[in-house]
Amino acid sequence: MAIFVDQNTKVIVQGLTGGQGRFHGLRNKAYGTQIVGGVTPGKSGQDVEGIPVFDSVEDAVKATGATASFIAVPPKAAPAAILEAARAGIGFVVCITEGIPAQDEARVFATLQRDFPATRLLGPNCPGIISPGKCNIGITAGEIAQLPTASGPNVGIVSRSGTLTYQALYELKQQGIGVSTCVGIGGDPVPGTSFVDCLAEFQADPETHAIIMIGEIGGSAEEEAAEFITNHVTKPMSAYIAGVTAPAGKKMGHAGAIVSGGKGTAQGKMDALRMAGVKIGLNPTEAGSLMAEIVNNLR
Amino acid sequence: MDLFEYQGKQYFAKYNIPVSAGGVAHTVDEAVAEAEKAVYPVVVKAQVQVGGRGKAGGIKLATNADEVRLHAGNILGMDIKGHVVKRVWIEHASDIAEEYYASFTLDRAAKQHLLMLSAQGGVEIEDVAAKDPTAIVKLHINPIVGLSLATARQASIDAKIPEKALDGVADMLVKLYECFTKGDCDLAEINPLILKPTGEVHALDAKVSLDSNAAFRHPEWEEYAATEELDAREQLAREKNLQYIGLDGTVGIIANGAGLAMSTLDVVNQVGGSAANFLDIGGGANAEMMTAALEVINSDAKVKSIFINIFGGITRGEEVAKGIVEAVKRVTLRAPIVIRLDGTNAEEGRKILAEAGIPDSQLTSRPTMLEAARAAVALAK
Repeated sequence: MAIFVDQNTKVIVQGLTGGQGRFHGLRNKAYGTQIVGGVTPGKSGQDVEGIPVFDSVEDAVKATGATASFIAVPPKAAPAAILEAARAGIGFVVCITEGIPAQDEARVFATLQRDFPATRLLGPNCPGIISPGKCNIGITAGEIAQLPTASGPNVGIVSRSGTLTYQALYELKQQGIGVSTCVGIGGDPVPGTSFVDCLAEFQADPETHAIIMIGEIGGSAEEEAAEFITNHVTKPMSAYIAGVTAPAGKKMGHAGAIVSGGKGTAQGKMDALRMAGVKIGLNPTEAGSLMAEIVNNLR
Repeated sequence: MDLFEYQGKQYFAKYNIPVSAGGVAHTVDEAVAEAEKAVYPVVVKAQVQVGGRGKAGGIKLATNADEVRLHAGNILGMDIKGHVVKRVWIEHASDIAEEYYASFTLDRAAKQHLLMLSAQGGVEIEDVAAKDPTAIVKLHINPIVGLSLATARQASIDAKIPEKALDGVADMLVKLYECFTKGDCDLAEINPLILKPTGEVHALDAKVSLDSNAAFRHPEWEEYAATEELDAREQLAREKNLQYIGLDGTVGIIANGAGLAMSTLDVVNQVGGSAANFLDIGGGANAEMMTAALEVINSDAKVKSIFINIFGGITRGEEVAKGIVEAVKRVTLRAPIVIRLDGTNAEEGRKILAEAGIPDSQLTSRPTMLEAARAAVALAK
């Protein structure tokens, strides 16, 4: 088991013939992901190292039976690409595109909610998702993820930041702890998939025994997660929140990482999670060590 | 990107939101010329991106040229909470019967637009919220449904806007919403939104923050970028396409990834130091990016040590190490570097750094983030 994607997930890459799509799509395929097709309007009949390219997501789905899509197209084209995937019946869409205007993200999310409730969007502006040994969609370097073991305990990872996601994977690998699934939800103001969505899946996944969460300043997603954890999560958790020292009113790299009007501070988020029973590390390594303790207690 | 009041008013005017006619002045003489055009009495307003201008003496009424001269002279160059006033906005003074508040933002938790409206304007909305939360109407708007005139009118009634101002306020809300959505704002706020004795509703102030991700469809925003207040370091970083925010500490920071960069600031702070900046060189971390980053850090006289924190994911450790060695050759650094290189092929990378022949006084390597932070902070003291 894993959450959202596994070895049976068939994936198409929207933008496979572009630089990013080609590079990451081929890497994902080399990892063992079932990359069954690509989509670039006007390029049907071509292939990228044996992966067939189609004009539309609809054509690609008909020909390959794909259920997931990896979107690697520029910000101008990404909103339409997401909705095209949803319209074609894709159930899981991963969009790594950085720089989509917030107004577009809000409209896309509202459209998915109203017209395509069966489609889950991960991202935009996220590193993607990896179920080690089974499926890797996005830009994560697969080799830094420790394979889960049949007997466990295995850890699920959910993170708002890309490099800190890798850091978390690496910390667990150093400790020899298996990962069930690692989800990067992205640092934009309107993420398609939230911490809460992932926590609910991890709680229900029998292969996940503990959860690491990596948050950052801005918004209230971590506080909402804390409330959900109090009421619904029984698996042990550790967490790290980046941005304790971030100055107010400045966007720290990610469009969504900003403390404004005294809201969205790291301290507030850490307090909320601590109240929910989550062990808080003051840096990523500490969150990893806390998880190692948790896992040792489970063994 | 935050706009100055005068830019916000010009932006509002594009969406037919009524604002006072006026002009920008950089000197006392220009201020007088603008005042003559606007017709006395006029208001002289400091243009700074910080609240509390009025209390600081940055907003003054003038009824003749001598008074404009006096006030503009005092306000230009004034320091308001660390912001030096470089320009003033001169507009015809409006008669005010009542003051309201209106704003649109994106509510991230609800993933919908949020209208905030209050019949108590002209004061900080946070103060209204603290004193009497029921005085603020909060209305969520579905981005694919939008805001109708009827809904805007109902919200105005709910906010206890008086009957005589209802039509004007509702019309204003629809226009402000259009400015917020089509104009790609993160925030569009009018405080105060005034009712004149003559019955018109009018925007007396403008607070606009633009979503820089949407710049590609707003070529007109270029003029705003030109007046953005960046310090010399931030200006240099922008020219080099780096994600950089200047801070006040002594440890220069370079990291790959926004989350890791933020985390690096935290760890430096945790071990008793203070960061001179936030700098994300992105996933690439090649010699060009690293050189550019070191040049920016080098331009900061306060920097006493440099902490490079790289996690190799897709970019392998040996490539990062080669980039650093190359960059260190190209830039004459004024402060020593401590590097923490981890992730894919980190050992090969560390070997390259160790064998590059760079003296320890210039570059040392530490295996973990915490140890590297301690070393960098020790060097900065």
